[in-house]
Amino acid sequence: MKQFLAFVKKEFYHVFRDPKTLLLLFGMPIAQIILFGFALTNEIKNSKIVVCDYAHDRATRQIIDKIEASPNFKVQEKLWNHSQIEAAFKTGDIKLAIVFPANFNEDLHHFNTAQLQIIADASDPNTANTLTNYAASIIMDYQKESTKNMQIPMQVNTQVRMLYNPELKGVYNFVPGVMALVLLLVCVLMTSVSIVREKELGTMEVLLVSPFNPMLVIVSKAVPYFFLSLINLTIILILSSTIMGMPINGSIFLLYFASSILILTALALGLLISNSTDSQQAAMLISLMGMLMPTLLFTGFLFPLENMPMALQIVANAIPSKWYYIIIKSVMIKGLGIASIWKELLILSGMAILLLAISMKKFKTRLA
Amino acid sequence: MADVILSKVLKTYNNPEVVAVNEVSFSVDHGELFGLIGPDGAGKTSLFRILTTLLVPEGGSATVNGFDVVKDYKQIRERVGYMPGKFSLYQDLTVKENLEFFATVFNTSIEANYDLIEDIYVQIEPFKNRRAGNLSGGMKQKLALCCALIHRPKVLFLDEPTTGVDTVSRKEFWHMLKRLKLQGITILVSTPYMDEAMLCERIALIQNGRILSINTPENIIADYPGQLYAIRSDKMSKLLKDLRAIENVSSCHAFGDFHHIKLHENHQVAQLNLVQMLNHLGHTDLELQPTSPTIEDCFIHLMH
Repeated sequence: MKQFLAFVKKEFYHVFRDPKTLLLLFGMPIAQIILFGFALTNEIKNSKIVVCDYAHDRATRQIIDKIEASPNFKVQEKLWNHSQIEAAFKTGDIKLAIVFPANFNEDLHHFNTAQLQIIADASDPNTANTLTNYAASIIMDYQKESTKNMQIPMQVNTQVRMLYNPELKGVYNFVPGVMALVLLLVCVLMTSVSIVREKELGTMEVLLVSPFNPMLVIVSKAVPYFFLSLINLTIILILSSTIMGMPINGSIFLLYFASSILILTALALGLLISNSTDSQQAAMLISLMGMLMPTLLFTGFLFPLENMPMALQIVANAIPSKWYYIIIKSVMIKGLGIASIWKELLILSGMAILLLAISMKKFKTRLA
Repeated sequence: MADVILSKVLKTYNNPEVVAVNEVSFSVDHGELFGLIGPDGAGKTSLFRILTTLLVPEGGSATVNGFDVVKDYKQIRERVGYMPGKFSLYQDLTVKENLEFFATVFNTSIEANYDLIEDIYVQIEPFKNRRAGNLSGGMKQKLALCCALIHRPKVLFLDEPTTGVDTVSRKEFWHMLKRLKLQGITILVSTPYMDEAMLCERIALIQNGRILSINTPENIIADYPGQLYAIRSDKMSKLLKDLRAIENVSSCHAFGDFHHIKLHENHQVAQLNLVQMLNHLGHTDLELQPTSPTIEDCFIHLMH
C-alpha cells in the first residue's frame, strides 16, 4: 500500500511539473467546450438576405418587420427588381432572397391565398434547408396572427412542442458529445503516453527489476488520471451550465458514476495502446487518430447515427462514447434516473471490464 | 559459492542471424567484482537483461543468488540491484524524491540502509533538491547507483556505468565499487573501456556474443604470447599502413601515441631489418621498444 501511494505521488509530480501535460489536461476541455458551445453550432444566425417587394403594402411590411426582428436573418438590401436577385447572390454573401408579388395584401384578404417566393443559395444544402424553414415558420407565424379573428371553414392546428430543448439549442447536443470526446481523448492519451514514457526513458526497465508488482504499475498510473479526469468533468459541467446555460436535470451522482465508467474504459484503452507501442509519438498518434475519428463520427453528436447504413450503425455500437452520450443526454437533459439507462450503463461497464482484462493480460512483465 | 552461474546461455533476436549471446557460460563468486569487457554490440546488455530477468534466454540456463532467471524471476527481482546503461531515473523528480521513490518501491526506507549509500550520497546531498535531469553526468551516475543500492541487494548489475562520464568521476566510481565489494555485495559490471578491466578482480572478454577469455586481468596479460613492441615515427598513419604491408609483422594496431606491433618468430633479426626498412620508406625519428601488453592488446590478439 505504501508502495502504491508512493507511485501515485510520483505520478502527480509528473503531471504538475510538466506544463504541457497540464495544458493538454485542462486546456483542451475548456477550449473544446467553448469552441463547440459558441463557434461550432448548427444554428444559423445573422444570415444576410435580400427582399424584393413589388407590393409595398401592409402585409408585406409586417412580414418583413418580423423577418428583420428574427435573430436568424439580417435584411441586407431591399431590391426593386427581381432581376437584381441573381446579381446579389453572386456578389454578396447573401443566403436567401424573398420575393413578394404585387397586390400581395389584396390577394391575401380577398382570395384568401397569396404567394411569395423564397430563393435560397443551395450550394450548402443543409444551410439552405434550415434557412427556408426559418423563413417559412416566420411567415406561418404571421398567418396565424392575422387569421386569429377570422373564420376559416376547416383548419388543422398542429401544436408542436419541443420537449427537453424548447429553444432547439445546439448546446444541448454538443455538451454531452464534447464531454464524451474530452474524457475519452484525455484519458486514453494521458495513460498511453505516461506508460510509454517510462519505457522510452528506461525507467520501466528499473521498475520491472523490482519487487513491485507490474500490475500495480498499471493501476497506480490509472489512479491519478482517473481523479484528474473527474476534475476535468467538473470543469466541463460548471462551464457548460454557467456559460452555455446547459441544465443538469438528473442526478449529479449518476452523472459522475457513468463518467467514471467511461473514464475506466478510456484508461484501459490507453493501457492497451501503451502495450503495443514503444515511443511516445506513436502512442500519441494512435490515441489521437484511433480515438478522435471514431468518437467524432460514431458518437452521434455530429452526425445522427440513425442516418447511417446498417453496417456503420453496428460499428458504432463498439464505440464506448456512443453509449456514454446516450446516458449523459438522458440524465442531463431529460433528467432520467438509473431505471431508464441501466442497459447502456451495463454495456459501458462490460466494455470497461473487457478492455481492462485484455490490457492486464497483455502487460509484459519482461522487456521483449 | 557462486552467486551468478550461466551455462550455455543463448539469445537471438528476431532475425536468427543476429546471435546476441552465443552459448555463454561463466560464474561469478560471492563478493566478487566481475567485469564484462567488450565493445559496443558484443552482447553485454543482452546478458545483463537475461540475468536481471528482463529477457528470457532461448537456450541454456542461468541462476542468480541460487534462483533460476526464468522460473524464479520474482525472487531475483527482490534480491538484485540493476543500473541500466541509459540513465533511468525520473528526470523531473528531485534527487531526494527519486531516492525516496525507489526506496519505497523496494519496500525499504532511506534511513534503513543509509550506511550502505552514505559514502556516495554525501557527494550528491548538496543537490538533493535539484531535479535529476539537471545533474551532471557523474552526479546522475552516483544517484542511479544510490537508487540501485537502496534495498541492499545481494547482487549488483551495472551496465556500462561509466560510459559518458568524465575521467575523474570514472575513477571515483570505481573507488566506490571497491568499497561496496567490501560490504559483501557481488558486483557484475560491464564496460567498453579496456583500461577499467584492470580494476576488476576477474574479467570476461566478450565479442560478438562469445566469451573470448575469462580470468583475472593479470593472468590474461600473462597469457599473452610472444613479445609486443611499441613503435612510432613522424608519420603515424603512413606507418600503420606500411607496417601492415610488411611480411614479418603479424599484427599492428594504433595504441595512443604509439603503434603496437607483434612480429613473427626470430624477432631479434627482424627488429633490425624493420628500422632500416621503414627508413627506406621515408620515416624519420623512428622509436622502437619492447613493451608489455595491456588488456586491449590481449583483446585484439584474442579477436583474431
